[in-house]
Amino acid sequence: MTIANRTKTIEEIRADFPILSRLVHGKPLVYLDNAATTQKPKQVIDAISDYYLNYNSNIHRGVHKLSQEATDEYEKSRTTVKNFINAHKYQEIIFTRGTTESINLVANSFVKPNLSEGDEVLISNMEHHSNIVPWQLVCEEKGAKLRVIPINDTGEIIFEEFEKLLTEKVKILSIAHVSNSIGTINPVKAMIEKAHAKGIPVLVDAAQSIQHIGIDVQDLQCDFLAFSGHKIYAPTGIGVLFAKEQHLKKMPPYQGGGDMISTVSFEKTTYNELPYKFEAGTTNIEGAIALGKAIEYFNSIGIGFISRHESELLEYGHSVLSEIKGLRFIGTAEQKASVISFLLDGIHPHDIGTMLDVDGVAVRTGQHCAEPLMKRFGIPATTRASFSFYNTKEEINVLAESIRKVIKMFS
Amino acid sequence: MNELQELYQQVILDHNKNPRNFGELPQCNHHAHGHNPLCGDQIEVFISVDEKSGLIEDVKFKGAGCAISKASASIMTTLLKGKTIKEARKLFDDFREVVTLDSNSNPDVMNLGKLAVFCGVREFPARVKCASLAWHTMINALENSDVEQISTE
Repeated sequence: MTIANRTKTIEEIRADFPILSRLVHGKPLVYLDNAATTQKPKQVIDAISDYYLNYNSNIHRGVHKLSQEATDEYEKSRTTVKNFINAHKYQEIIFTRGTTESINLVANSFVKPNLSEGDEVLISNMEHHSNIVPWQLVCEEKGAKLRVIPINDTGEIIFEEFEKLLTEKVKILSIAHVSNSIGTINPVKAMIEKAHAKGIPVLVDAAQSIQHIGIDVQDLQCDFLAFSGHKIYAPTGIGVLFAKEQHLKKMPPYQGGGDMISTVSFEKTTYNELPYKFEAGTTNIEGAIALGKAIEYFNSIGIGFISRHESELLEYGHSVLSEIKGLRFIGTAEQKASVISFLLDGIHPHDIGTMLDVDGVAVRTGQHCAEPLMKRFGIPATTRASFSFYNTKEEINVLAESIRKVIKMFS
Repeated sequence: MNELQELYQQVILDHNKNPRNFGELPQCNHHAHGHNPLCGDQIEVFISVDEKSGLIEDVKFKGAGCAISKASASIMTTLLKGKTIKEARKLFDDFREVVTLDSNSNPDVMNLGKLAVFCGVREFPARVKCASLAWHTMINALENSDVEQISTE
């Protein structure tokens, strides 16, 4: 490489996201709910328009020009995803509706057929409901048990307890890479090594890590990796399941329909090759194409800048908010993504959320789809601010100022 | 800021800080649990109805929730005492109207009495469920004398 790409300034980056310049209740939007969903750059929005304006058509079917173009873009996106997470082959990349569907696919097609009474599925105390309920469903059906790795008061996995739970009964370990509620980064690589030493396959729920941490599935050696497009600057309704080819080959289809078949007769149907066997029906074509564009955009900003800027925001956020009397952080793990969950003495998160909103500040309040984690900390809910690379320290100042107003009103 | 001040009126902040009729009613003959899974709000409503007169003798509530849900429960208990079950249902209907009416319409505030304090909720559709939890739980308690879990989701 001879000419290095000039890094965009934060102003240039923000200009790529048209929504960031809108007003909310007459105030500039301060969007700090990125763990719920990220905003979309115009490069992604334009890709969706371009698809509908110029080459909308169904893929893998038509012999006409438009279908060929759509198929090419759709498959190009698959390659972009493959390269992004450094998968070995494009056959290992399945487009789904999102993390939830990816996990359900693994639960139903990989785990359920081999699950017997007395077997176990291992998750942690900090999982999102989407990494709890699919397992409960298959466990209930098969008489298997869901076991839970405990966490300590800072919100970290207790590793010794995790090792004790790795018995021959465990048929899969399914673990969040990053906690959606409190931001803890779990030591997934070490956990995968321990699990593999016992012959236990591992699913990594990367819904909250894919947008913050560079992921290399060949380095991690995870068997499955699930993530959603909308948390990495792509639209909703598109997600990815990475699975090792050796597993996919043995797995029965998750859903039946068009495109996933090779030949169909009323006596017998043979299935399409990988990855199409797992993409029944007309998929979210524009979503997949836009996901590819989102990843290209993400790469153009660069994971180096992203992780540096986001850790700065996290550190700044912690330091500014810790000066507020009566504010307590929930989740103080050593390794954290740019997510801050907190409580204010005597003030319910929902009241905080409403009052911040009036100042244009968007945060998430509630249980964050992680009720068992809230129970673990003995709290009903938290307020969560989650940062993206397009956020600024000035926005964190607005958040802090607004929190002070809330405290004043309730005092 | 006006909308916010209307939502968090002094009355609401006061009932949040010093909820009336907070606690249990061991001798009650109507009781229900309410739960909003979205935000984790929990409430229990205890109602004691005099069987002879048919009047609500006493109401208490306990639980954890936001200022809007706590104040709403507290104000509700103060309004229910001495009312018949029929009157309590009417109050519930009036309350629902107050919190869900189109913000452009102009309800006659004079007729709403103490319920007028909930007018501000209309501007915040996401908070209607918070304000309603106690009321739904109250209706459920009146309908069932047994313990029932209800949800505003």
